[in-house]
Amino acid sequence: HQVLRIKTRNEEEIKKLHLLDSLEHLELDFWINPSTPALPVDVRIPTNGVQAVKAFLESHGIEYSILIEDLQVVLDKETQDMACSQQRDRSSSTFNYGTYHTLDSIYAELDHLVSEYSNIVSKLQIGESYEKRPLYVLKFSTGGSNRPAIWLDAGIHAREWVTHASAIWIAKKIASDYGKDPSITSLLNKMDIFLLTVSNPDGYVFTHTTNRMWRKTRSKNPGSLCIGVDPNRNWDAGFGGPGASSNPCSESYHGPSANSEVEVKSVVDFIKNHGKIRAFLTLHSYSQLLMYPYGYKCTEPADHAELDAVGRAAASSIKSLYGTTFTVGSICTTIYQASGGSIDWSYDYGIKYSFAFELRDTGRYGFLLPANQIIPTAEETWLGLKKIMEHVRDNPY
Amino acid sequence: DIDDVGRKYHLELVLEDVLDKDGTVNCTAEVLYHLGNKNIAPDVHFTTEGELKNTDEADNVFYNRIKSLEKELVAENIPDSHGNVPPEMEPIRLLAWAAAGYVIWQNSTENTKFQLAQIKHVKQVKRSDEYLEFDYTILLHEMVSQEIIPWQMTVLWHPQHGVQVTQDSPQPKHPSE
Repeated sequence: HQVLRIKTRNEEEIKKLHLLDSLEHLELDFWINPSTPALPVDVRIPTNGVQAVKAFLESHGIEYSILIEDLQVVLDKETQDMACSQQRDRSSSTFNYGTYHTLDSIYAELDHLVSEYSNIVSKLQIGESYEKRPLYVLKFSTGGSNRPAIWLDAGIHAREWVTHASAIWIAKKIASDYGKDPSITSLLNKMDIFLLTVSNPDGYVFTHTTNRMWRKTRSKNPGSLCIGVDPNRNWDAGFGGPGASSNPCSESYHGPSANSEVEVKSVVDFIKNHGKIRAFLTLHSYSQLLMYPYGYKCTEPADHAELDAVGRAAASSIKSLYGTTFTVGSICTTIYQASGGSIDWSYDYGIKYSFAFELRDTGRYGFLLPANQIIPTAEETWLGLKKIMEHVRDNPY
Repeated sequence: DIDDVGRKYHLELVLEDVLDKDGTVNCTAEVLYHLGNKNIAPDVHFTTEGELKNTDEADNVFYNRIKSLEKELVAENIPDSHGNVPPEMEPIRLLAWAAAGYVIWQNSTENTKFQLAQIKHVKQVKRSDEYLEFDYTILLHEMVSQEIIPWQMTVLWHPQHGVQVTQDSPQPKHPSE
């Protein structure tokens, strides 16, 4: 089969192509239909009709060129390429960080990172989701016992896909930069990093199978047809206060009680049991914001000045790469009052360096950020996170 | 604050052409949110200084392409889950964005912040006059409540006469959504 590109010059020629189209025995398959002379017409022609069509075009003086000489050759190569990359996908070095993945694919990559960087990366399960999916945390450590550590999570809100995608890129970055980048090397020589790439796996799966805009967990609410709790209104920080809803059908439903969501409780328990978490960092999208507490009240935290300075330094680092601007401030003054949020809980628990990021963009694509922006987003976000982590490393408490 | 009337904001902003990053236009605006009745759209008055890139040629290519389609255009999920927009759908998306701007304006208060999240469905409606008509179902993301609100809007467009939303209404959401 051949594919021709036909350049028509006027409506007359378009009409002639419509005529060709009407000859059913030719079995023409127009990839771009004849519509206006401004656009080319692409058509696939089964082998038997190729000569006849070319003769027709030439006799009417209609210009054409051969787009694909032999379609079968192209198809065979594609099949080969796909089989090849499917094989390669099973080895870690070719996980495509520049595309969105399913939960299973992300979980498989976690295992690949552990096996590829086994000297510094290990995987822990900190609990199970409502629908019994494992909650996996990657631990980056060069040894010691119970060193002070940094917590980083992503994907607490299911529809914020760029956060899961950035988190897995960041995992790879930390693992591969150890021993090469002086900053990360010195950090990991003193502290551990815990990274929860998918905080809300049930929600994430739901965004792939059913509703791309799902935000909450997938827990059942007794007495209601509506499902799910907003996991970032479910923490024990001003729980049930302004900025969270008591209606199970709402996207910001706080749930029946603080920590009612197993996805939240598992993290709380882990942090409390660890006892030496020095920073709590969480990724959201979208809006390009870098925020510190509080959200549940509009008064400044005691460490306001320091947190603001660190935030500004991080935003500056982010901007240095691609010019992306992040607005820095407390949750309450930057977006809105919102109770039951994770960094308010971590801060009041005693983890001074508590920050929440809202990644790209500012609304043009919103949650549906094109995949070609994943890596640039991850790269710039990493610079911001690194700035904060360096400050944590250099200011032990 | 204006007693018994509402709250007025004076804004100075810079508009950037999404399709031409170097194209910027200065703008000053006054927005008045009415006291009490939240069903009235805020009053908006604005002036702009500068000119944006002329899009006549692209407008006409799009107009002619759609006008001469044999079957009415139908599409869904723009962008798709991965943020992709097929190139031939880009004008459809831009048109929705402009029309959604009107719907958002009509439904805004000091406590809302709307964005167009996605076009769920769009269907061209053939007309005998010179206008193009599209029936859109869009998803609006309201950032304060974090709600996703499906909204139907009927949009008319013509290269010389611009965009018009002739009908629009929020759509009910199923509890499972």
